[in-house]
Amino acid sequence: MAAALVLSAAAALCSACGTSAPASSPALSGTITVFAASSLNAAYTAIGKEFQKSHPGTMVTFTFGGSSMLVSQIQQGAIGDVVASADQPNMQKLIDAGLTAESPIVFARNDLEIVVGKGNPKHITSLADLARSGLVIVLCAPAVPCGRYAAQALQKAGLSVKPASQEADVKAVLSKVALGEADAGIVYVTDVKAAGNSVEGVTIPPALNVVAEYPIAILKDSQNRALARAFISYVLTDGRRILAQYGFTNP
Amino acid sequence: MILAGAGVAFFILPLVGLLLRTPWTSAWEQLGSPEVLAALRLSLLASFSATTIGLILGVPLAWTFARLTFPGRSVLRALTVLPMVLPPVVGGVALLLAFGRRGLLGGWLATTFGIHLPFTTAGAIIAETFVAMPFLVITVEAGLRSMDTRFEDAARTLGASRWTVLWRVTLPLVRPSLIAGAVLCWARALGEFGATITFAGNFPGRTQTMPLAVYLALETNPDAAIVLSLVLLVVSLTVLIGLRDRWLGAS
Repeated sequence: MAAALVLSAAAALCSACGTSAPASSPALSGTITVFAASSLNAAYTAIGKEFQKSHPGTMVTFTFGGSSMLVSQIQQGAIGDVVASADQPNMQKLIDAGLTAESPIVFARNDLEIVVGKGNPKHITSLADLARSGLVIVLCAPAVPCGRYAAQALQKAGLSVKPASQEADVKAVLSKVALGEADAGIVYVTDVKAAGNSVEGVTIPPALNVVAEYPIAILKDSQNRALARAFISYVLTDGRRILAQYGFTNP
Repeated sequence: MILAGAGVAFFILPLVGLLLRTPWTSAWEQLGSPEVLAALRLSLLASFSATTIGLILGVPLAWTFARLTFPGRSVLRALTVLPMVLPPVVGGVALLLAFGRRGLLGGWLATTFGIHLPFTTAGAIIAETFVAMPFLVITVEAGLRSMDTRFEDAARTLGASRWTVLWRVTLPLVRPSLIAGAVLCWARALGEFGATITFAGNFPGRTQTMPLAVYLALETNPDAAIVLSLVLLVVSLTVLIGLRDRWLGAS
């Protein structure tokens, strides 16, 4: 209780001394809102908890959603401090609109993986198997990043795959395979990992893989840049270990 | 009056927002694209098919609920209107569990008849029927309940057969609620999104109806999404107003 009082007193003092306090200041306080891509949900929730533990008196709240949905929300005036997108083009939209405060930093990468049903009943071992006849394949729609990346990977392999469906997001591809409606799909490594035992992943070799880059940036309208900056540097240091646990790779 | 005005504004403002943001100059180009025409054609086909199935199955169901008393009627009635409150995505998953490849009935359909519903236009129609038919059932049921049954009794005492009574007395008397129910069912089917994308997936020309096309266009080309939404609006307004003048205006 006394500690909390001291902290909040320190916070009050610091807010009086302005925003010139360095990011490493022990007097970080307040709340920030982080807009983050859906695929970061589990990893960022864990990072948020750890961050709050090492910076008592602070609070990080998350808004998870599709990157393009988050970007249009920010463009329409949603208030927040940090944005982490699952691809560069969406971050670029924010830069072009002058809504970011500093240039974004890539903090994680995510590889593509083939997702198949539990036990791999159709014996799919490579991208080339996806072109086999008699298989039900689902991919993301070309309009969403995972669909764009999947198309690039198939193009690299010189394959033409006729999907039964072009799903609106990567979770939909995953659930179609988990429910057994589809035999295989192309998703991110992190999704296969998050799905646990219901599906299995088949690795795509680096030569054919397409890697998604995740940039993070401070928003121009952030009311608590010190805390926003501290959160970003936490993601880039201690956060990497947590991200790796969820299947992301370091840039 | 003021509250009614606020109610009207609440509905009209979002429409005005759409109209103001519409890129009129490029609107015609977007409209002529084959994808848009395919989505529109599919939407009309699926929504009218769903309404037809709704009439064939829903009217007898409404009659059963309105005229017969049997144990478990209220439970059965609650179950048939459940899709109205069920999140459509959950409805889509439920349909997969019933009619999917590994579903209760779907496996049998596939092995016995070679019928596959997920990822097909028939699947899209089933998803729309599932979500929209309850609107028809409860509207027609209300009409049947409020109807004066003495007309039927009179016809019967005059020697009319059951079929004659149904066709010449009952159905003409409940015509307004029959039409209102069918229109509600059609409108709900036209706007259906969640169950369709979950059960039937998304593939241009096969299962990508207008709402699905709008949702995916939002990811890359918000202008196109707005134009598509307007098309959907114009089509539904035309049908609703046209029907009103022709059939409901007189009553």
